[in-house]
Amino acid sequence: MNASEVKDLKVLSAKIRLDVMKMLSSLGYGHVGGSLSIVEVLSVLYGKYMRYDASNPSWDKRDMFVLSKGHAGPGLYATLANVGFFEKDMLYTLNAGGTNMPSHPDRSKTPGVDMTTGSLGQGTSVAAGIATGFKMNHTDQKVYLIVGDGELNEGQCWEAFQYIAHNKLNNCIVFIDNNKRQLDGYTCDVCNPFDIEAKMRAFGFHALSVNGADEKAIADAIELSFDVKDQAVCIILDTIKGQGIPYFEQLEANHSVKFNSEETQLATSEAIANLEAYIVKEGA
Amino acid sequence: MFTLDRDRQDKQEMRMSVVGALQEAIQENANVVALEADLGGASGWTNIQKTHPDNFINVGIAEANMIGIAAGLSVTGFVPFVHTFGPFATRRVFDQIFLSGAYAFNTLNIYGSDPGFCAGPNGGTHTTWEDVALMRTIPDAVICDAADDVQMDWIIKEFAKMEGIHYIRGNRKGVRNLYAKGSTFRLGKANLLREGEDVLLISAGQLVSDALDAANELASQDIDVEVLDMFTIKPLDVEAILKHSKDKKHIVVLENHSITGGLGSAVAEVIAEHALQIPLMRMGCKEAFGQVGSQEYLQKEFGLTKDDVVKTIQNLTI
Repeated sequence: MNASEVKDLKVLSAKIRLDVMKMLSSLGYGHVGGSLSIVEVLSVLYGKYMRYDASNPSWDKRDMFVLSKGHAGPGLYATLANVGFFEKDMLYTLNAGGTNMPSHPDRSKTPGVDMTTGSLGQGTSVAAGIATGFKMNHTDQKVYLIVGDGELNEGQCWEAFQYIAHNKLNNCIVFIDNNKRQLDGYTCDVCNPFDIEAKMRAFGFHALSVNGADEKAIADAIELSFDVKDQAVCIILDTIKGQGIPYFEQLEANHSVKFNSEETQLATSEAIANLEAYIVKEGA
Repeated sequence: MFTLDRDRQDKQEMRMSVVGALQEAIQENANVVALEADLGGASGWTNIQKTHPDNFINVGIAEANMIGIAAGLSVTGFVPFVHTFGPFATRRVFDQIFLSGAYAFNTLNIYGSDPGFCAGPNGGTHTTWEDVALMRTIPDAVICDAADDVQMDWIIKEFAKMEGIHYIRGNRKGVRNLYAKGSTFRLGKANLLREGEDVLLISAGQLVSDALDAANELASQDIDVEVLDMFTIKPLDVEAILKHSKDKKHIVVLENHSITGGLGSAVAEVIAEHALQIPLMRMGCKEAFGQVGSQEYLQKEFGLTKDDVVKTIQNLTI
């Protein structure tokens, strides 16, 4: 990937991050931490690798995306809006009665959402089923799956991983968002996941860890995964909950944030201004 | 159209009926896929693996994962059928059926085998008295209880043509013939098996045969019992209940399920909502867990035999 492509993806990341902040601060609350930690991987997937037609979301030859950590829905919505699935106005209907932007993704409501998720763990099996369907259809379509590190507490993830590895579903690229925190605290304090990469290897995956804030590193890992022919692939994203905005990175309880304190509002305004300035400067 | 089997004595294995129906469904539509959670030897689905290896997946002992994989197959245009024992096909994976399946508007066809006393020697851990109660709460789910192999065959093939969540319960093993081969049915329409003036007896599943036997025995005692096979528990044939309960002195429901939340409860709702003013007797499992024993022992233990029906109806004030 050349420098210009990297810059384009960085600008897309900034746009997604900006819209996440604008939609959540406008709503007054929301899942900031886990939405921000997957911004770069969403940017790389929707900005470079995934095949889709934003004007025809149900195109049957598209690659699919499953956000198993469904509470990061705002991150996905901001991405879909930026790549043209719908107008950005829709983002500001998040969680409103009758909206097509429910807090957790719903494939029957939002253009571009391939699977309904929110009950943690379940997206892993569905992605496994989609990958199986693609193989049975003899198509080279892929399904990209994002699982949270806290979500790995759910046993169903490991049932699905075992199945994906056993069946060598290399068309199901598994990303683990290793942001080290879950709702009630640090993953190592709540229920220690230990060495995720070693665990995925032990389950039979070709596993690698990359800096989840670095678009180029993520893209390189995806490129590498395409060369793995006879084994399932897992890319562990080393991320920070609240990624890209220092205030939210450092905020202790950043899973779901209320934008009601002066401090939070100030930090949000500053972050929005910085992102807008970056986009104007680099996107021109 | 359906007709009753002439002597109703022979038994057919329900599981082989499921296998045969699925093999035919796959012949009709190559997108039909059978998924097992490592009970292929118990369900006979290894036969599908032999005849149609590309349409069979054993996911291993991971029922929740199986439901999710089936949902993913539905996303990509396949028509999944899954099997495991009734309690694991519903109770254990209820959230997966509810969210990855129903809420996400995917198609899942679920065969929960050996409901109620059919668990036999597998005992209480493998018994479900509550599968229908759970599945009834899923919006637009279809729930069937197959009376015999002929009905099972027809239902499975019917499910293969439909989108949505479809649950069928039924014994794996030998069940007495009720319907003649070639009988056809209508989903959501009860079958009137015997006319009578005094009591309306509604049943579903293999107990329909016992219900019919009880009615025939009671006829010799001048108690006239009308028998309905309510093989589709949801959507319930409300019209049939209204029509056939007219001028009856009692309604009796016989089910291989808890009296809480099953067919008896569904009928009670109709009686109440339409102010039918007819007393209802629910025969089923009452506030109890399953236990181990032969199917015959358990059917007797839970008071669900033909003789229990005869006694119950004899004791009603008619």
